[in-house]
Amino acid sequence: MITAGIDVGSIATKAVIFDGTIRSMAIIPTGWNPKEAGRIVFLEALNKAGLDERDVNTVVGTGYGRVSLSFIDKKVTEITCHAKGARFLFPQTRTVIDIGGQDSKVIAVAEDGSVVDFIMNDKCAAGTGRFLQVMTGILDISLDELGQMAAGSKPVSINSMCTVFAESEIIGLLAQAVSKAAIAAGIVQTIANKMISLTSRVLCLEEITFSGGVANNPEICAILSSAFGAEFNIAHQPQIVGALGAAIVGFEKLL
Amino acid sequence: MESNLLIEFEDLRAKSINALLAAKEEGRKVVGKYCIYSPMEIVVAAGAIPIPLCSTKQDPIAVAEKVLPRNLCPLIKSSYGYAASGACPYFKLSDLLIAETTCDGKKKMYELLAEIKPLHLLQLPQKQDEEALQYWYGEIIKLKDRLEVELSVTITDRGLREAIQLMNEERRSLKDLQDIAKLKPSPISGIDLLMVLYNRGFSIDKREAVVMVDRLTLELKELYSQGVSPFNTKTPRILLTGVPIGIGSHKVVQIIEESGGNVVCFESCGGYKAVYDQVDEEKEPLLAIAENYLRTPCSCMSPNSARFELVEQLADEFKVDGIVDLTWQGCHTYNIESYSLKKYLQQKRSRPFLQIETDYSESDVEQLKVRIEAFLEMISST
Repeated sequence: MITAGIDVGSIATKAVIFDGTIRSMAIIPTGWNPKEAGRIVFLEALNKAGLDERDVNTVVGTGYGRVSLSFIDKKVTEITCHAKGARFLFPQTRTVIDIGGQDSKVIAVAEDGSVVDFIMNDKCAAGTGRFLQVMTGILDISLDELGQMAAGSKPVSINSMCTVFAESEIIGLLAQAVSKAAIAAGIVQTIANKMISLTSRVLCLEEITFSGGVANNPEICAILSSAFGAEFNIAHQPQIVGALGAAIVGFEKLL
Repeated sequence: MESNLLIEFEDLRAKSINALLAAKEEGRKVVGKYCIYSPMEIVVAAGAIPIPLCSTKQDPIAVAEKVLPRNLCPLIKSSYGYAASGACPYFKLSDLLIAETTCDGKKKMYELLAEIKPLHLLQLPQKQDEEALQYWYGEIIKLKDRLEVELSVTITDRGLREAIQLMNEERRSLKDLQDIAKLKPSPISGIDLLMVLYNRGFSIDKREAVVMVDRLTLELKELYSQGVSPFNTKTPRILLTGVPIGIGSHKVVQIIEESGGNVVCFESCGGYKAVYDQVDEEKEPLLAIAENYLRTPCSCMSPNSARFELVEQLADEFKVDGIVDLTWQGCHTYNIESYSLKKYLQQKRSRPFLQIETDYSESDVEQLKVRIEAFLEMISST
């Protein structure tokens, strides 16, 4: 039995082909056409697995773009999918922290793996991948460079949670000749603060699994992990946790 | 279900404008109110027609933001915008407004409204003990005096007692209707129930409205016994608490039901909170009115433990699977109280809980769908 999970996010679209183990995965930028991105990433993952569309028993979609996918059999929210994916990769997971492109979420998972509570950021970009993206734009560096600069630097305090206001605040700091490294560390610290304030609303037990595109950056992970005072489980490909979970939902349905 | 009675309720608002115009022609007075702390018995005893002015629409917000800060709750902005723009016919027809010092946003907005129309402000205490009651009783007496002067009438004890009986009858009929959703599965959707509760408020003949509501309750009982329902026994049953809602600000109810849930109980002020308690018919009328209205468990009270107990009790009575606490952006009292309500319900090992913070606009519908669908998935998997 083979299933596929497709996670159409605001920045990246991910696919996983699953048969009880991960057969293949693919990640592409979502771009302006989520429907097309879902289709392309699915075919790419199939191609990597050496499979044809007809070999797949069921396709489950998740992420913001799930509604735009016409070829899926079922759609499930990313909350359920992230919990499933994280538990598959790290079976002792009790909390999932996911920082995606346009939202971040904390999911509390029971011992049996079911979701018991969750919280997502309100309708703004504070504490999301988008926030980081905008800030790297002002500093004219990549996300990898942001992490490297932030590591070991004393963070300058950035008080604005709003992406637009934080941008103005950083422009002000640059004018005062505050070092890029201190600003980079400050930016990462605001993400950590936002996530900590989110987790105070749900019961946050260990083990904690950290997923989403931001988890690709080891320096940022280290800063967040020390802010939380806990070790994080981080997958080799932290972006595919949602797509993996979607594929597992499909797989369990067929069992 | 598309019963004829529901269509009658849908048409009620449009009809009520004409009825109101005709009543004014005959010399009747109209009193606008914004909140369920306004004691309607006194307005009825004065022979005037009470009309709700608390707005649920997005449209007037842009006008309101010329004066009010953007980060204020949409309910206050919308209510002010309707008044200031002259777009609300009910506001135009009102001879007097009744308002209360509930939350900070509202009381300051009322200062601005008082520049547009005669407004009587009730100083509402923010605690619910004996001392507060005596103070509030004094405020209720002052309201009676003001209505007598403003409307050139004499409000008698007998008139008050009759009004109390009528309003108790109205509360009884509305409670009976809402209790229908205790049936599993409920024969009426949450969105239809909300429409009935909301539109009924605009009916100018209270006795007629009681008869209409009772007929609907009877019809719904009949439908249930025939096994007719938009839902099944597995449909997740949701209790909605928090800020006031109505038609126009119903998006969360709509998303819950489009995502496969059923809102079976509205604890909020347009729903159960307004009708579960009666005014004592034996006591001195104004004191009895003061007692009942002051008991209302709104987040402007401190502490507001009665709300927590009511939510828990209703969650049991309506056999709900989850509790959604709705907060309008900028509503500090409900927003802060959500944290305590969640903690209270967790300690009682009550139901899964989700707070939603939003406004009247459609801008976050996709984000809300993710939260609500995930909440329903969470409920269904346990």
